[in-house]
Amino acid sequence: MTLILFIEQLLNGLQSGVMLFLMAAGLTLIFGVMGLINLAHGSFYMIGAFAAAAVAAATGSFLLALIASLAAAALVGSLVELTIIRRLYDRDHLDQVLATFALILIFSEGTRWLFGSFPLFLDIPDYLSGPVTLPFGIQYPLYRLAIIGIGLLVAIGLFALIAKTRIGIQIRAGESDREMIGALGVNISRLYTIVFALGAALAGFSGALIGAIQSVQVGMGEPMLILAFVVIVIGGIGSIKGALVGAILVGMTDTMGRFLLPTIFATFMEPSTATTIGSSLASMSIYILMAGVLLFKPTGLYGKA
Amino acid sequence: MTKPILDIRGITKSYGALMASNDISLDLRAGEIHALIGPNGAGKSTLIRQIAGNQAPDSGSVWFNGADITKLNTVARARLGLGRTFQISSLAMEYTVLQNVVLGSLGQRGKVFRFFGNVMKDKALVAAGLHALEQVGLQDFAGMRTSELSHGQRRQVEVAVALTLKPKAFLMDEPMAGLGASGSKRLMGFLDGLRQQAPILLVEHDMDAVFALADRISVLVYGQIITTGTADEIRTNREVQSAYLGTDDDTEVAL
Amino acid sequence: MRREAFINAAIFTLLLAVPLWAYWADQPFTITLATRVAIFALAGVGLNLALGLGGLVSFGHAVFFGIGGYAMGILASHAQSYTPLMEWPFTLNGTKSMPVIWLVATLSSALAALAIGALSLRTAGVYFIMITLAFGQMFFYFTISWPAYGGEDGLLIYVRNGFPGMNTLDPIQFFLICFSLLAIVLFFMARLAKSPFGLALSAARHNEKRVQAVGIAPYRLRLVAFTISGGITGLAGALFADLNRFVSPNMFSWQTSGEIMVFIILGGTARLFGPVAGAALFILLEHFLGGLSEFWHIYLGALLLVVVLFARGGLIGLLAGREVAHD
Repeated sequence: MTLILFIEQLLNGLQSGVMLFLMAAGLTLIFGVMGLINLAHGSFYMIGAFAAAAVAAATGSFLLALIASLAAAALVGSLVELTIIRRLYDRDHLDQVLATFALILIFSEGTRWLFGSFPLFLDIPDYLSGPVTLPFGIQYPLYRLAIIGIGLLVAIGLFALIAKTRIGIQIRAGESDREMIGALGVNISRLYTIVFALGAALAGFSGALIGAIQSVQVGMGEPMLILAFVVIVIGGIGSIKGALVGAILVGMTDTMGRFLLPTIFATFMEPSTATTIGSSLASMSIYILMAGVLLFKPTGLYGKA
Repeated sequence: MTKPILDIRGITKSYGALMASNDISLDLRAGEIHALIGPNGAGKSTLIRQIAGNQAPDSGSVWFNGADITKLNTVARARLGLGRTFQISSLAMEYTVLQNVVLGSLGQRGKVFRFFGNVMKDKALVAAGLHALEQVGLQDFAGMRTSELSHGQRRQVEVAVALTLKPKAFLMDEPMAGLGASGSKRLMGFLDGLRQQAPILLVEHDMDAVFALADRISVLVYGQIITTGTADEIRTNREVQSAYLGTDDDTEVAL
Repeated sequence: MRREAFINAAIFTLLLAVPLWAYWADQPFTITLATRVAIFALAGVGLNLALGLGGLVSFGHAVFFGIGGYAMGILASHAQSYTPLMEWPFTLNGTKSMPVIWLVATLSSALAALAIGALSLRTAGVYFIMITLAFGQMFFYFTISWPAYGGEDGLLIYVRNGFPGMNTLDPIQFFLICFSLLAIVLFFMARLAKSPFGLALSAARHNEKRVQAVGIAPYRLRLVAFTISGGITGLAGALFADLNRFVSPNMFSWQTSGEIMVFIILGGTARLFGPVAGAALFILLEHFLGGLSEFWHIYLGALLLVVVLFARGGLIGLLAGREVAHD
């Protein structure tokens, strides 16, 4: 193992963490403000990726594809919020889970019906492809570096939005006291639609960004959704800061686990056994991390008691 | 002086700068009703939570029957015989009245992990439940669904559930709240006799009830007990009057 | 007789009568469909103890379904290859005997439920849902990456396991085995719902503070309920594996967890026969809608949405009225 490889993996972990943050931030906002658990969040991720792939195929422009992912996910998100989700705010968690599970079925099969079962591909544009040379002679794919940057920018933007803007003040008020925002004369249903659409847009955007590295296919959203749940359990529900810390932790643990564990086991085991045990254990590492956090802080690192 | 059954010694609890409980000491002795009054926001709920075991004090201790129970949770305190009624009715509304009291007698008996016998056909449990209902005068309502009872009747069931626990002391959080005149009168008559069974720490807003019933009254203001005494002593206490009538803006109880 | 009891009896009779008729009419496929109903119903009955009676919204019951399945797969694969499971500290051989497999499946999934429950019941509400879902995913990925038992491809068992005195290869006989197990578990559940434990467990769902105030700890009630629940769903998993003579990581997938939940909701939450009615409806939909359209999940999703938004009581609620009896 070389130091360069190690740093490369660290960057990979950071990249996957940043993308996870985009998913988890929307989920945690929607839960914090509206008290809703949304399983269909993974569908927005998928919708963003498909919209991007379709637009990229039609226009050849990656930038337009990204814009399309944001627009499509936000549009579908607000439509779903207006027609179905808002009926669920007063319901118990079981109803929310089931209704949004039903939405997954509809979105997944609907997408399969529209686009077929074969994966689509979203190509990295020329100006972002190829490696760059970082200090110490580290070669790293430019695109991955770019999405780390974009993700961090979005994160900063999100924190600024919540800290500085009017809508951010309303969101924070909604998290601490739902009756208060009504008393402040805020149009609650509009705020809810905006928050939901914002969360959906973030998910769709990360779907598009990841779609260029992996393939774009039905069912791509749910593994990401469940990872985002792990992030939220670790970070604490409703906390954006918790989502960021949790996302980086999960991204790093997963990537470094897969990278390091087989190597570590290989120091005292036969290489093939070490690879098997190491990678099996690595596949469980983030859940073990989650279990550990649960043991010591059942409400997550930044959750309210 | 008899040894107190419930003894609260120097409890302190603060939320940041706010002292919700400031070195509170009070006790409950056999055969008495000890009322706790105070204006809204005085810290009554916080104190109850610490006595019942929902919240741990920052310092100080709670003693019950000569044992330190400060570290015990609500379940353990209930098992030792601290019978509690809630301010907001906490009955299972879809259950029948009898099922609610049988739940109480089941808690009292223990042995909850029985998976076969029909609990509503367990003679001992049902008899204990019915006996408690009889004491509050609701035996005729046993088969009724709890949600169909009036507000006052639910309060009585709440007390009946506490009775099934055969408690050594009662902790009652505003049992009169929301009752009409006749309802509170009936409940007062009942509580009056109940003190012989077990003493009652009564948190109550209804001043008529408090002055009629209580052997001793403690007044809580801004997290502190400003005085403890008989009804007459409290009525004429200057400090109490100013706490309720004086500078305090959110006065809602007139003496 | 109350209306719900009548409906329950009707569902029970139908589930037995249809495959018997199919046997007479020589329609083995229908028998297999009925067997699937019985097995899915059993899985749902297991979850219903936690979800319906206990109010614990577990989105991770696929774990127990999968463990039950793999208990069968692992024991039977060792038996069919004549290799012991382990040789140290003592020799442990595989088996093709159903009763032994059921016992191992039930116990091992109950043990997993105990461990997962002990951790996740420290939390409540949305946390609980997310954590159970996450643990499910953990098992899914683990079985995929662990190559000893087929990894991603799963395990194929060549011949169905045996039950003393019966020919399990005969569809109707295997159906009767599954149906009997379902009947026994339903009987057990009916008793449990009325038992001291059932009263306390469902009281904890209604009002946790009340249960604590009478000196009963909700955590223990729930942990026991979750453990039994996992064990029953695990038993269903072993039967499902035997029906297909195949186990794969898909048994652990989050979709499986979702489907077990859907059985309960379609049939009616907290109703004894809810999962049975729901599983039957699910299989019928899958069979008929699946025949009409490759994309039948869209219709299933739409139906589920309608049930959640407008018909809370599910199928049995629709037929028997909304009131859930508690006496």
